[in-house]
Amino acid sequence: MEKAIQAAGVTIENLSLAFGTTEVLKGVNLEVEPGEFFAFLGPSGSGKSTLLRSIAGFGPTPKGRILIAGEDVAGLPPWSRDVGMVFQSYALWPHMSVAQNVAFGLEERRVARPEINERVADALALVGLSDFAERRPSQLSGGQQQRVALARTIVVRPKVLLLDEPLSNLDANLRTQMRREILALQRKLKLTTIFVTHDQEEANTMSKRMAVLDEGIIQQVGAPMELYDNPANTFVAGFLGTANIFEGKIEKKGKALAFRSRKGTRIPLGGGKAGVAHIVIRPQDMTLTAPGKKKGAKALDGVVTEMEFLGETIRYEIALSTGESLLVDVSHHQNQKHFMAGDKVGVDIDTKRIVTIAK
Amino acid sequence: MAGIAIAIFLLAFLIFPVLKVIYVAFQDPDTGALTLVNFSDFFSASLFRESFYNSFYVASVSVVFATLFAVPLAYFTTRFNFSGSVLIQTLGIVPLIMPPFVGAVAMKLLFGTNGSINLLLDEWFGINIPFMEGLNGVILVESIHYFPFILINLSAALNNIDRAMEESAQNLGSRGMRLFRRIVFPLAMPGYVAGAALVFIKVFDDLGTPLLLDVNKMLAPQAYLRISSIGISDPMGYVISVILIAFSLFALWTSMLAMRGKDYSTLQKGGGGLAKRDLRSWEKVGCYAVVIFILLLVLSPHVGLLLLSFGTIWSYSVLPDAYTLAHYTQMLASSGQFITNTLLYAGLAALFDVVIGTAIAYIVWRTKLPSRQWLDYMATAALAVPGVVIGIGYLRTFNDVNLPFVDGPVASWWFVIVIALAIRRLPYALRACVAAIQQVSVMLEEAAENLGATKRRTVWRITVPLMTGGILAGFITSFATASVELSATIMLVARESDAPLAFGIYEFMQSASGRGAGAALGVIAVVIVTLATYVSHRIIERGKQQQQSSGNVVREEA
Repeated sequence: MEKAIQAAGVTIENLSLAFGTTEVLKGVNLEVEPGEFFAFLGPSGSGKSTLLRSIAGFGPTPKGRILIAGEDVAGLPPWSRDVGMVFQSYALWPHMSVAQNVAFGLEERRVARPEINERVADALALVGLSDFAERRPSQLSGGQQQRVALARTIVVRPKVLLLDEPLSNLDANLRTQMRREILALQRKLKLTTIFVTHDQEEANTMSKRMAVLDEGIIQQVGAPMELYDNPANTFVAGFLGTANIFEGKIEKKGKALAFRSRKGTRIPLGGGKAGVAHIVIRPQDMTLTAPGKKKGAKALDGVVTEMEFLGETIRYEIALSTGESLLVDVSHHQNQKHFMAGDKVGVDIDTKRIVTIAK
Repeated sequence: MAGIAIAIFLLAFLIFPVLKVIYVAFQDPDTGALTLVNFSDFFSASLFRESFYNSFYVASVSVVFATLFAVPLAYFTTRFNFSGSVLIQTLGIVPLIMPPFVGAVAMKLLFGTNGSINLLLDEWFGINIPFMEGLNGVILVESIHYFPFILINLSAALNNIDRAMEESAQNLGSRGMRLFRRIVFPLAMPGYVAGAALVFIKVFDDLGTPLLLDVNKMLAPQAYLRISSIGISDPMGYVISVILIAFSLFALWTSMLAMRGKDYSTLQKGGGGLAKRDLRSWEKVGCYAVVIFILLLVLSPHVGLLLLSFGTIWSYSVLPDAYTLAHYTQMLASSGQFITNTLLYAGLAALFDVVIGTAIAYIVWRTKLPSRQWLDYMATAALAVPGVVIGIGYLRTFNDVNLPFVDGPVASWWFVIVIALAIRRLPYALRACVAAIQQVSVMLEEAAENLGATKRRTVWRITVPLMTGGILAGFITSFATASVELSATIMLVARESDAPLAFGIYEFMQSASGRGAGAALGVIAVVIVTLATYVSHRIIERGKQQQQSSGNVVREEA
């Protein structure tokens, strides 16, 4: 596109929305910076798609405010919002050619024909589909359809670009490729982009920041790595990656801090406040030692109950003497000895990396 | 083996008679040489030119009126949260349970020059509207009867448009009428054309309605009258048959053209029809007014028929003078034979249909028989053959065929009526059977074979039992529609003792004194068809529920 798009920020204030009596969004507050690539991540039914659709103006009218570049659009119909949305199914109109699909939004905006032709050609060139202008959508592959949908949306130079599960209809190889293409396109256009996904890898790799949603509430907002390392609650900890989460109490004995789970597992801690809490231990923050070998003073005793070979790592499930279990990841190297189900092991925990979540 | 037997049956009773009709149309009646003289005779006679024009006019205008009824109803159900949707769905079925010719006479008493409505209009406003005069009557009766074909097809098309199709257009700035014109309408178009083409064919080919309304200057009645009054050697009946087939093919071709490459059912995971919105209160009033108006219109043949069957004298008055059961006793006394004949003919025809239908479905979908598709094509071709043509074809083909155990020529044997009915309803039964077999996963059959069942045993113990619902639905649909078929039947009935119900109604309705009894017989026909339709509807619904509760594993593979 020859003209840069003026990036707009999106501010959502106290947004609530219900389908009948079912509350889907419960007071959402959010700030998306101009030009940012932002993700809504959550399990199905978390309200992430509903939130995205309400920005575009679809679904029941929500309570609260949606500001785009400072202007409240919450009461506007979809066609006056100037928010571009790419649908999960792409929603290409089968009775129009690729070029007609892309030209549609410009025609609705009463743009002059020569300019339409020029901009359609530019948009198709941008997504690498110049040779496909006269094809019908049904003659295109999934990835090509996705690109047409993108071209159709960005050609109108919307203030914000919304992507609803953009990669879910593509197969695995294409997914990685499209991911990079969308990202490159976004950087080129500097367009404020929000996309919805249930796939944390997608959110991690594409977004600068993301919001994790569950049950209509934003659980945490931040950069992907930040959320992984410092989850605000057990939902975020469990949803992003694999986590061992224990519920119990942090106790102070003299100078030493220790966590005691409900069932009595005692884990020494490097820091934290006394009181009721959860602790989160990532599987890669522990090491296993063979019985009899020298082990750390803080190590726990356990028995291997499951061994899963995942490729780069081996995931062990360890039963502790208290009846609780732990997942431990050990990186795998050629010809390295490994444990089998039934082996007795010691579990060494890197206590500095334990995250405590106070209740 | 079964495949060859079915092919021979179809060739003998569908393809050959139709080809014979076409051949005779191009044959000089005296010399037997091939010629176009019959066609030039046809078009040089003003009666036939007028008939041709009238048939075309009636069919076209009926499509227009049927569209006017169907479009608002389809739009209401698919676009609004409208509590009257159940009413509209009922509207889609009610007309189809009564063949149009049955209600035709009753409609005349309601809407004719001296009918109830015009008497009221005259009393209130001093006007008289010729609803039922000549071709108008045919158009009114046919469009009321056949509009559900458009309603059903159009509603399905609208329901199959993914909501995202509309939302993406809104997202790009489109709305209101522009949105409808550019996105919704083109996407729904194939469904509409399919429905409209069907209405056109049905009206163009219909014999019973114009006959009962005394409109003879149309193609189908002309063909019937020529054959029944002049005889089967008169070439005009054959020329008309060729024209009817040509138009049927043309209409089917149009609808295929509209559908081809435009499988617009765009529903995706998570989609679900166009967005529905709530109605404002004045809009609701408007919608209900339209729905109730159409409902009254649709119910009027039924109401008229009931009044006619219970009324004593009904002439120059809004309602009959008094009510009586006399017509029913008269009808029962004289026409028990009609009813038993109908049950026998329609039952046998439906049985043939599902047996042949199941066999064809199995051969096409489960065997590798060479050119097996042609069985399906041949059976489906019956759709394009009007009843009149089947009738004429059978008369011509089987008139000089004699069987040792049949008195007289085969053409006048009652069993020929059964075959004609079976051929005419086969496409519907076949579709039901094909749908049924497609729902049976091949894996279920393979599992049986893996456990030692032969092909034959597998069909018998696994495939057919799993198809039961669809087969039964096909049987009942064939039965219900065959029991009120008139256009082929009327030509093939050789003596009154062999006549089925539809013929009986036609006979009764010919005379003013017989109308009451004819209406009573009509009510019986409606009851039979209604019961059958209801039962098949229940079977299909139950089948769907079973599919939903147990079918996941089975369906995933398909």
